[in-house]
Amino acid sequence: MIRVQSLAYRYNPEKEITFRDLTIQTGEQFLLLGESGSGKTTLLHLLGGLLKLQRGGIEVNGTELSTLTESQLDRFRGKHYGFIFQRNHLLASLTVEQNLLMAPYLAGIKQDKSRVEEVLAQLDIADQKKKRIQELSLGQAQRVAIARAVLNKPSVILADEPTSALDDKNCDRVSELLLQVAQQNRATLIIATHDQRLKNKIQNVIQL
Amino acid sequence: MNLFTLIIGYLRSRPLNTLLNIVLLSLGIAMITILLLFNNQLQEKISDNSKGIDLVVGAKGSPLQLILCNVFHVDFPTGNIKLNEADRLAKHRLVKHAIPVALGDSYQNYRIVGTTHAYAELYKAELANGDWWVNDLEVTVGATVAKLLNLKLGDTFASAHGLSAEGHAHDEHPFVVKGILKPTYSVLDNLILTNVASIWLVHEHSEEEAGVKPDSLNASVLVSSALASDSTREITSLLIKYRNPIAAIQLPRYINSQTNMQAASPSFEAARLFSILGVGIEALTGFAYVLIFISALSIFIALYNSLKERQYDLAIMRSMGASRGKLLWATQLEGVALTLCGSVLGIVLGHTVLYLFTTLVTESRTAGVSAFVLYKEEWYLLAGSVVLGVICSLIPSFQAYSTDIHKVLAKG
Repeated sequence: MIRVQSLAYRYNPEKEITFRDLTIQTGEQFLLLGESGSGKTTLLHLLGGLLKLQRGGIEVNGTELSTLTESQLDRFRGKHYGFIFQRNHLLASLTVEQNLLMAPYLAGIKQDKSRVEEVLAQLDIADQKKKRIQELSLGQAQRVAIARAVLNKPSVILADEPTSALDDKNCDRVSELLLQVAQQNRATLIIATHDQRLKNKIQNVIQL
Repeated sequence: MNLFTLIIGYLRSRPLNTLLNIVLLSLGIAMITILLLFNNQLQEKISDNSKGIDLVVGAKGSPLQLILCNVFHVDFPTGNIKLNEADRLAKHRLVKHAIPVALGDSYQNYRIVGTTHAYAELYKAELANGDWWVNDLEVTVGATVAKLLNLKLGDTFASAHGLSAEGHAHDEHPFVVKGILKPTYSVLDNLILTNVASIWLVHEHSEEEAGVKPDSLNASVLVSSALASDSTREITSLLIKYRNPIAAIQLPRYINSQTNMQAASPSFEAARLFSILGVGIEALTGFAYVLIFISALSIFIALYNSLKERQYDLAIMRSMGASRGKLLWATQLEGVALTLCGSVLGIVLGHTVLYLFTTLVTESRTAGVSAFVLYKEEWYLLAGSVVLGVICSLIPSFQAYSTDIHKVLAKG
């Protein structure tokens, strides 16, 4: 469960972005809609502990993020979150499998190769396991990024514009898979986007 | 999956750059290794070979030549000295003992040294086979000579006049092999030892003078078969051991000013030789350090540039739970991996080059330089390369450490 209370963030003294309070139950799916500059990414990064809290509080699974030190936050991210970005940000010098195994390695949990197979199968890219990132198509690469995000069975998946770079066909495919794996892994899914194509797929919308 | 897999992945993703950095560093390290091996072994050989010899007395000329010829057996003699003068010096109160050396002949480029058994004792030589020489024209040969010329007990050979193979052969007086020495890993291994009288004998061109047989009263202290009063006999040099430290001050001065012989100290001349060689060695060492510096710079630039390309990698790894410290460590490790590979390869390369040199160049064999020796300085080289790797990756790893994940990931 995620609870946001009287949250505000200030990049410079003049302009402060305030966010309304909200509560998201585990397993729910939310769409964070808004124009660019409206604070979508800021909220997503605050929720994900990528940006240090200035005012207000965020509680994730009973832990108040503002009480964690930086290294505690690093570990918390590794265990509880999966991130997906507009670009896949895969490590180009490694293979698909090695990229996926980075997730448990960096989070400090056991590396389970059968879990890699399982997730790749869920996303229908099991045959790409040994390939290098450069050999993948854009859609395949984004699916690998999704696989990496769900590999550790995180309770929260945060996606920042995951479909903006994709054409309609891939957008459909990726968003379907995203919803599907989130459900399969019982994870809360929050997607920040201005992509109107996603609107009719997810009912819960937070408009910024 | 661990940091090593990641680093190997990174290094393999730019293979040419990685290769360049490793090769550049290994060349510098190899050069230092070769100089180190050569220099250390040469110094060891010099001190081993001149052990027990405080002073060399010979004909006037270059003192360095005198030492090179009579101790290391590489240069030609400065000339001869009269046996009776050498005899007088051998009886001097400051001389503990004196060993005569008579040169002039060789066999297949290996020198025949007319001397006494005390000379072999200087190098703690032991017999592998046969016996020490006793009579004229009997020889005991060094281990290397016996091996390379395939000499066995009882073999006979004719010496050649002079110290190179082209000399006129002394066919009428063949030497006979009486004994073979165990290896001493000194200059002795390359010598053929006999008595002084044998050297005289092969050079006496049929003018067989019956002469007076010396007895214990009037015999020379250096060569018992010669008369002390004989003014025609000559030897090449006299190797002297001091009786006490005062001798080191008085004896050379006395010899150089009061006699028409000259005295030279092996340790002093060796030090002088090294100071002459030193200029060349320093220049080469300097060049090696320039190579190492350039490779360090190249490694730094490679890491610095790749860090810019990798800012998303770093940010995404942070989002997956990596701490700042881990990214710092990963970057340091990449630098150290490069320098360590370079120095290990460099040390192997250095030894290989020296091995090829010692097997392919025959002259280097007599210098007794081995490629299969590890000096503790080589461990220092490895340790130094780790430090170098840390220094090269200092700024890049700090960049990695201070990556602002929010800013990088918000860019898209």
